[in-house]
Amino acid sequence: MRIHSRTAVLPDENIDTDRIIPARFLTTTTREGLGKLCFNDWRYLPDGSDNPAFPLNRPEARGCAIVVAGRNFGCGSSREHAPWALLDYGIKAVLCSEIADIFRGNALKNGLLAIVISEAEHRWLLGHPGVELSIDVREQAIELPDGGRIRFELEPFARHCLLEGVDQLGFLQQHADAIAAFEARFGKAA
Amino acid sequence: MSAPRTLFEKIWDAHVVAPETADTPAILYIDLHLVHEVTSPQAFDELRSRGLKLRRPDRTLATLDHSTPTLPAGADGERPYATAEAKAQVAQLEANCREFGVDLHGWDSADRGIVHVIGPELGATQPGMTIVCGDSHTSTHGAFGALAFGIGTTEVGHVMATQCLLQRKPKTLAIHVDGALPRGVGAKDLILHIIGQIGVNGGTGHVIEYRGAAIEALSMEQRMTVCNMSIEAGARAGLIAPDETTFAWLKGRPRVPQGAAWDQAVAHWRTLNTDDGARYDREVRIDASQVKPTVTYGTHPGMAIAMDAPVPAARNAVEQRALDYMHSRAGQPMQGSKVDVVFVGSCTNSRLSDLREAARVLRGRRVAEGVRMLVVPGSEAVRRDAEAEGLHEVFRAAGAEWRVPGCSMCIAMNGDLAQPGQLVVSTSNRNFEGRQGKGARTVLASPATAAASAVAGAIADPREYLTEVAA
Ligand code: SF4
Repeated sequence: MRIHSRTAVLPDENIDTDRIIPARFLTTTTREGLGKLCFNDWRYLPDGSDNPAFPLNRPEARGCAIVVAGRNFGCGSSREHAPWALLDYGIKAVLCSEIADIFRGNALKNGLLAIVISEAEHRWLLGHPGVELSIDVREQAIELPDGGRIRFELEPFARHCLLEGVDQLGFLQQHADAIAAFEARFGKAA
Repeated sequence: MSAPRTLFEKIWDAHVVAPETADTPAILYIDLHLVHEVTSPQAFDELRSRGLKLRRPDRTLATLDHSTPTLPAGADGERPYATAEAKAQVAQLEANCREFGVDLHGWDSADRGIVHVIGPELGATQPGMTIVCGDSHTSTHGAFGALAFGIGTTEVGHVMATQCLLQRKPKTLAIHVDGALPRGVGAKDLILHIIGQIGVNGGTGHVIEYRGAAIEALSMEQRMTVCNMSIEAGARAGLIAPDETTFAWLKGRPRVPQGAAWDQAVAHWRTLNTDDGARYDREVRIDASQVKPTVTYGTHPGMAIAMDAPVPAARNAVEQRALDYMHSRAGQPMQGSKVDVVFVGSCTNSRLSDLREAARVLRGRRVAEGVRMLVVPGSEAVRRDAEAEGLHEVFRAAGAEWRVPGCSMCIAMNGDLAQPGQLVVSTSNRNFEGRQGKGARTVLASPATAAASAVAGAIADPREYLTEVAA
């Protein structure tokens, strides 16, 4: 799995999932079509036109699939609508020095690369929007245009699932016997 | 003798179906799965598309709370939903629960309410359990010594189908709260103070165990307020060891063991504490005696200070943006800022003791001219108890609105919201930009502070209102 794109930068720290997709849009019962609502209250002006102050609206940020975000991205609500909206908006990877736990898990389960990098690398990427990156999940490395590489950690099972397309629910179901045995042993059977 | 373990480790170890390895996370058994209308529809669809059953309906409990109106049904029986989608979402949960055999505390239930309020009330929440919900404030249930955390919708589907989750073991953080809280300072002030100290990412990757004299002295409802906001410090979960306070609160509730089984359960629950000599990955000490009535001044819960302390200067452009959004001024205290709306409610502060706290301030007083105050009980049971004590009359006499249970202005997706620019003093848990309506400015506070601010029309110290006890 490889993602190649220029970066766009969202420098704000603590971008919470309410900002990624405001709660009033959570009355949906599907996971489709949330991209147009992604960052809704930040991205559009009250008249519905694009807000020029929203960094991803800048011409040079259009079409970027990799976002470098300020520290603690994805904090707040556990809504999986946030990664659904980001993916539908065209974002395939978020790079950050710190990513909120629940968001990170939700993102990886949906194939959105939520990648934690060191503070120094994060600072550099925040300061250099538009740099061309190539993210290689198998190698756990980000290639820079000058040939430099940023190594990153990925939880091994999440990486395996991304690379092999493992269905996590299917994986859990393969343990049905162990689950039933656990219930029997600890008096938790129905 | 086995090695000393923390409370977290004891609960974790007792729920491992398959241990974690370098390649795979642990398979963790889930005792109780709480479900609501917002984060479940796609998970039920997943079950359907795979032709799966919900494995343990008896360990699944559903309620309606997020998108539900808090005004009663009209004369025609129609409930005033904010949108057709909200109504459809609720109808879909009703249909899903029927189809999959889930116990739904719906409109006709005497127990309906906010998911994190009714779990404990029903005694479904018990010490030593693993509890999950597609909602980050599931950490609330940690007040009972249960390992409780929020999950995404994909995981909701995993639990529905297998009663298990794939989980890496989190780290542990002990927060020792020494000393005693001063008079007129409560659990909400304490947790805002703690988050202000450790930061909104201070608990990331960790499960917090709150301990120490000030924690032991808290009532169950106060403990829930503290654990509720663990997620606002970035933690997966918050825990408090169960004790006599816990057992007394739970005894006799519908879903707890009864008779001899109760005694057995309590005997087991008494073993659920951190052994002497057990190690945490990190430890923090907080002095309770230093906590004052605390409020937020920015756009995340870590931007919290004593209401009479000057707002700190912004350290960067992002903080400056937060101050600008809030109209907070560096060097000025929050106390005295003009208030437009006051909200008492949410899974943080909508239980009976919270309403009593607000009523104590409001009794015999009026909500200031131009201020709108909403009081939304956390559950039907809270509503009944509050009305039996006449609290609703106190609120109404003061000019506040007394509503039907639900999340209401905590998440503002049911039509209860503030207008752009309005300042809301709110007993909920998130002051993010736009959380209570586009452009709304949220100040998080305790129920007492919220009530005092409603009376004063500006952010006010509740201690000034608690000394005079009007009849
Ligand atoms: S009251 Fe607020 S925080 Fe609690 S469950 Fe409802 S929306 Fe979530």
